[in-house]
Amino acid sequence: MGSSLIDGLFVFMLAGFIGFEVIKRISPLLHTPLMSITNALDAIAVVGAIVLVGRHESRLSFILGILAVIAATSNIVGGFLITDRMLRMFKSSRPAKS
Amino acid sequence: MIDFLGSQNFIAIIYLVASALFILALKWMNSPATARRGIFAGESGMVLAIGGTLLQLGVDGKLQHLAIDYTWVFIALGIGTAIGIPLGLVQMTAVPQRTALSHAFGAFCVTLVGTAEFYLRTPNVQPFMMAVLCCEVILGGLTVTGSLMAAGKLQEVLPQRPITYKGQNFVNLAVLAIAIGIAGYLVHDPSATHLYPVMVGIALLFGVMLVIPIGGADMPTVISLLNSYAGLSAAAMGFVLGNKLLIVAGALDGSSGFILSVIMSKAMNRSFTNVVFGAFGQVAPAAAGAQESRPVKSASPEEAAEILAAASKVVIVPGYGMAVAQAQHKVRELYDLLTKRGIDVQFAIHPVAGRMPGHMNVLLAEADVPYDHLKEMDDINGDFPQTDVSLIIGANDVTNPAAKTDKSSPIYGMPVLDVERSHTVMVIKRSMNPGFAGIDNPLYYMDQTLMLFGDAKAFVSNIVKELSNSHG
Repeated sequence: MGSSLIDGLFVFMLAGFIGFEVIKRISPLLHTPLMSITNALDAIAVVGAIVLVGRHESRLSFILGILAVIAATSNIVGGFLITDRMLRMFKSSRPAKS
Repeated sequence: MIDFLGSQNFIAIIYLVASALFILALKWMNSPATARRGIFAGESGMVLAIGGTLLQLGVDGKLQHLAIDYTWVFIALGIGTAIGIPLGLVQMTAVPQRTALSHAFGAFCVTLVGTAEFYLRTPNVQPFMMAVLCCEVILGGLTVTGSLMAAGKLQEVLPQRPITYKGQNFVNLAVLAIAIGIAGYLVHDPSATHLYPVMVGIALLFGVMLVIPIGGADMPTVISLLNSYAGLSAAAMGFVLGNKLLIVAGALDGSSGFILSVIMSKAMNRSFTNVVFGAFGQVAPAAAGAQESRPVKSASPEEAAEILAAASKVVIVPGYGMAVAQAQHKVRELYDLLTKRGIDVQFAIHPVAGRMPGHMNVLLAEADVPYDHLKEMDDINGDFPQTDVSLIIGANDVTNPAAKTDKSSPIYGMPVLDVERSHTVMVIKRSMNPGFAGIDNPLYYMDQTLMLFGDAKAFVSNIVKELSNSHG
């Protein structure tokens, strides 16, 4: 288990640096959609909740897992939906606009 | 085939692909031209990961439970979707509170899974694992209540006024220290499970106390910070479950929130430690009683329309007041009329204008203002000396020249828009009451400044009416 934790730390560090470099470049214009899409991506926690439900180890864990799936799914659906709506609104004046 | 599907390698490869897609999603978010591709990448990664996990559930799951598990997971996915759709369809003006609410949901999920893991694993937990688990639950718990508080304040169901008292920071830090102390004890002795609910309770309490002293003007920083906490708690959950995809997504979200908090705190001239320790919201009480009634010049919509029509370069400075008055569509009509007359119209967006990062951009984009006319503070500040009219709509502190000159001002040092350098400044404002932070704005008493008293939406539509009439 020691090595898997170290692996995890490596992944965390690298992903943190990539996140830094990638997100630094995002224009302030899109900071609101950025926050809503990272929110949706963060809700990938749903896979952890699904696995928890599937392990079916205790009634408590089952119920907590189901609730967690609900919470995360609402973030996935809501987050992608609103990010898409926001981004559709951003239009440039360059393509001829009447 | 089924062996391959069930193998750990299969799911690991799915997660690897999903991680790559998540990173691409954020990379493509850097420009409006590619951003929608980014959503597609994110959605594909999500569908892959969930699909793969469901498949694996079918292979790994205990057979006698399988049907029940699938049924319940699909019911939960259905309920989540039913909640998510309305949350995805809220009005653009409600986006800040929606975002705060979704931070709460995300952290709620993480906290629930962490709690389940705690009770399943204790007392056989390695110290490092217990430390990460406590980290996950403390961060998750404080993000749940903190975000709910923030959402309540933004939705105006809770009092927006910051509530401060003496020694607040000390009390907050003490509360957090107790939670960390309990976590330390649990690391030392994992069998002390009765302490776990206390730790979670304190984390929940700390979230409330963290956001109590926050006023509206500090919301952009706090929302970003909660975003970061939500991400970090998800990454911690990834460690607990040994799930690298979760670690990646959490690290991306955490660094995103962190960068946004740094940008926001810089834009308000607060040090980052100041933000980390939740010591924001401490605006020194405004010099009360110093409200001598200095003369201001005001103008009517007709006069304002004339001045705008005579200009050749206009900069519009929107603020939270524009969002409150829902004036963005009227502002766009004004933009259209002026542009049609050959007047150069730009929008100057201060990083902390509004209630969350990028708030003004989204509202103006919603009103169909082309995004290449939305200028960042640093890009437009040099243009003000050549600007004929700066029209300020519902913004206050971000235009306050005292931030540059008056060392005694609570916002001294905060970068502001140099509107006072333009030939004429027009300020749409309800009354002379100082803004949210209670700081007087010397801009209003300057010679080139005209105050336009009234509701932002009504005043702009009056100007629009005048302009379209005079055009004939």
